[in-house]
Amino acid sequence: MSILAHVPAGSGQPASPPQTARSARYRFLPYLLLLPGAAWLLLFFAVPLVQLASASLYDPEGSLSTGYALTWAFGNYPTALQQYWPQFSRSFLYAGMALVLALLMGYPLAYAIAQKAGRWKNLLLVCVVAPMFTSFLVRTLAWKTILSDNGWLVGLLRDVHLLGPDGRLLATPIAVVLGLTYNFLPFLVLPLYASLERLDYRLLEAASDLYASPLKTFRRVTLPLSMPGLIAGTLLFFIPATGDYINAELLGTPNQYMIGNVIDSAFLVRLDYPQGAALSFLLMSAILAVVFVYLRRAGTEDVL
Amino acid sequence: MAQETPAGDLRLANLTKTFGPFTAVDDLSLTIAQGSFFALLGASGCGKTTTLRMIAGLEEPTSGQVLLGDRDIAGLRPYKRPVNTVFQSYALFPHLDIFENVAFGLRRRGIRSVDSQVREMLSLVQLDGYERRRPTQLSGGQQQRVALARALINHPQVLLLDEPLGALDLKLRRQMQIELKRIQTEVGITFVHVTHDQEEAMTMADTVAVMNAGRIEQLGAPADIYEFPATAFVANFLGQSNLIAGEVSGSNGDDTLVTARGARFSVPSARARADEGPVYLGVRPEKLHLAGAAVQVPAGSQHLEGTISDASYVGVSTQYLLRTSWGTELSVFVANSGTQQRFAVGERAVAYWDPRHAFLLGRRADEDDRTTPVLDQPVGASS
Repeated sequence: MSILAHVPAGSGQPASPPQTARSARYRFLPYLLLLPGAAWLLLFFAVPLVQLASASLYDPEGSLSTGYALTWAFGNYPTALQQYWPQFSRSFLYAGMALVLALLMGYPLAYAIAQKAGRWKNLLLVCVVAPMFTSFLVRTLAWKTILSDNGWLVGLLRDVHLLGPDGRLLATPIAVVLGLTYNFLPFLVLPLYASLERLDYRLLEAASDLYASPLKTFRRVTLPLSMPGLIAGTLLFFIPATGDYINAELLGTPNQYMIGNVIDSAFLVRLDYPQGAALSFLLMSAILAVVFVYLRRAGTEDVL
Repeated sequence: MAQETPAGDLRLANLTKTFGPFTAVDDLSLTIAQGSFFALLGASGCGKTTTLRMIAGLEEPTSGQVLLGDRDIAGLRPYKRPVNTVFQSYALFPHLDIFENVAFGLRRRGIRSVDSQVREMLSLVQLDGYERRRPTQLSGGQQQRVALARALINHPQVLLLDEPLGALDLKLRRQMQIELKRIQTEVGITFVHVTHDQEEAMTMADTVAVMNAGRIEQLGAPADIYEFPATAFVANFLGQSNLIAGEVSGSNGDDTLVTARGARFSVPSARARADEGPVYLGVRPEKLHLAGAAVQVPAGSQHLEGTISDASYVGVSTQYLLRTSWGTELSVFVANSGTQQRFAVGERAVAYWDPRHAFLLGRRADEDDRTTPVLDQPVGASS
């Protein structure tokens, strides 16, 4: 390919034709096309972000009634972290556990739909996406019913002695993790499906022909080739799950509250804007750090 | 695991594969000698690829055995068979570089030091220096050679080639045909080559099996099959033939006598696949010669008269169509050696042949003359 690219230069032809007004116009066209999106991002993302950043540095003594002053109060950050460290780490723990569960369910599911489902493929995809047609809130409330103390699931688990006679699922970490797993599963499955759908089964046959057992074929061919979808799906799952507060709110108790719940209450209940903003930025940078480390590791060929 | 066990002949015994009501391979039995270059030739859908996939283990036979030496490998998973495949699509791993693609089989068998073997194999297929490229950065011909190296490095007892040259252009294909033959002679591994290209099969293979509808129509050395086809299908799939419907009318010493369209012909009995009833009298187009009148036909030859209805000049030869009095058009290839008389369309001419070049094939009573339209690349005239 490099040879081809160099051919015109070496072919002894005069330098490229003079730039015309026409080609100059085409040079600006991409920027023109970027304009609406860029303006939108500037107005509704960049400006509020700066606003939030400055709010995180307001004088913590201020309040909505007395007004806030920008005093560059960097102390807001360590204070917030110190106070809400448990919720912070819990967010990552719950999201991580949910991610593991979702991978265990989602990878085989995506693989089956992509490679084995045949004419049921589209129907199964609709089944994966269908829950999204109802509101996030309604779906989580449905889980409240499923996990409720007098529901069939708890009854069954008590009958087989997996739960004690007074054991419950609702208001436990399990409920929150299950809720997170369920709610964000499609975000993991869809990109994975897209990757696995493109996987050429003839490569699997070739691997099998070259002495790779099914397990080795998965490890050496299927998994590396589905990596782009796996990375995208993992991020799409993990990022919103970490910041989520609905599941902890509806399926847990304050003992299961995640950082999202704290930010929610800082802004809407306690009206402590500086702390809410500082926590938001802490969460954002923590997620960015995790994603960065993950991509650095996953971007290389030896992920596992 | 491949190279330790002594290799043996590859034998297919009563191999059958059905897909629902469709029989892809029908009770196939054949022996492929160790170290030979064997070609399975047939049109698409004739079952040749299914046969290959059953040898590779990628398809499970409905019944029958695949024997390597004395061992039945039909029940083994593909990764347990000492057999490797060069796939039609090459199926190179896009996430691995050329080195790792070639090393794949060795690594999966737990061999640690692969470096020298991989380099040796890459130089065998003339791809030194390409170790760190990705498959997509290579041309079709180069990818094909990587696929070959990736399979050969495992020293399989049998190497299967599934139309490996199909995606290459004509010139490159010729080059690779010679290359493949060279490599096969060098490594001495049994090659089983599946192709629909009769010329490819004849160029490379020691033995060709012509398949049709899941069965083998004829098996033998390329020259034997070409010179003396067993069925009308083979006569027209491998090159082309003029097949004239006739009846056996008796015998005369070593010759079988045939009556066709009111004329009498004879064919040596050794070249007759049938000695009674309806038959085809067959002559290859390049075995036919043209003369202006019956008196010019040399003694001992037999002839048919007609009118030249088409003359195509293709460089090495001129391909004539001679329309007989009953309407059948015979193909006649005349080499452009500069000594032959040229005929124009509409001219009367006589096609004659040496009876020793003719052959007799069995014919169903309702079948009429069979001649094929002139091909772009007839076997008898090219290169």
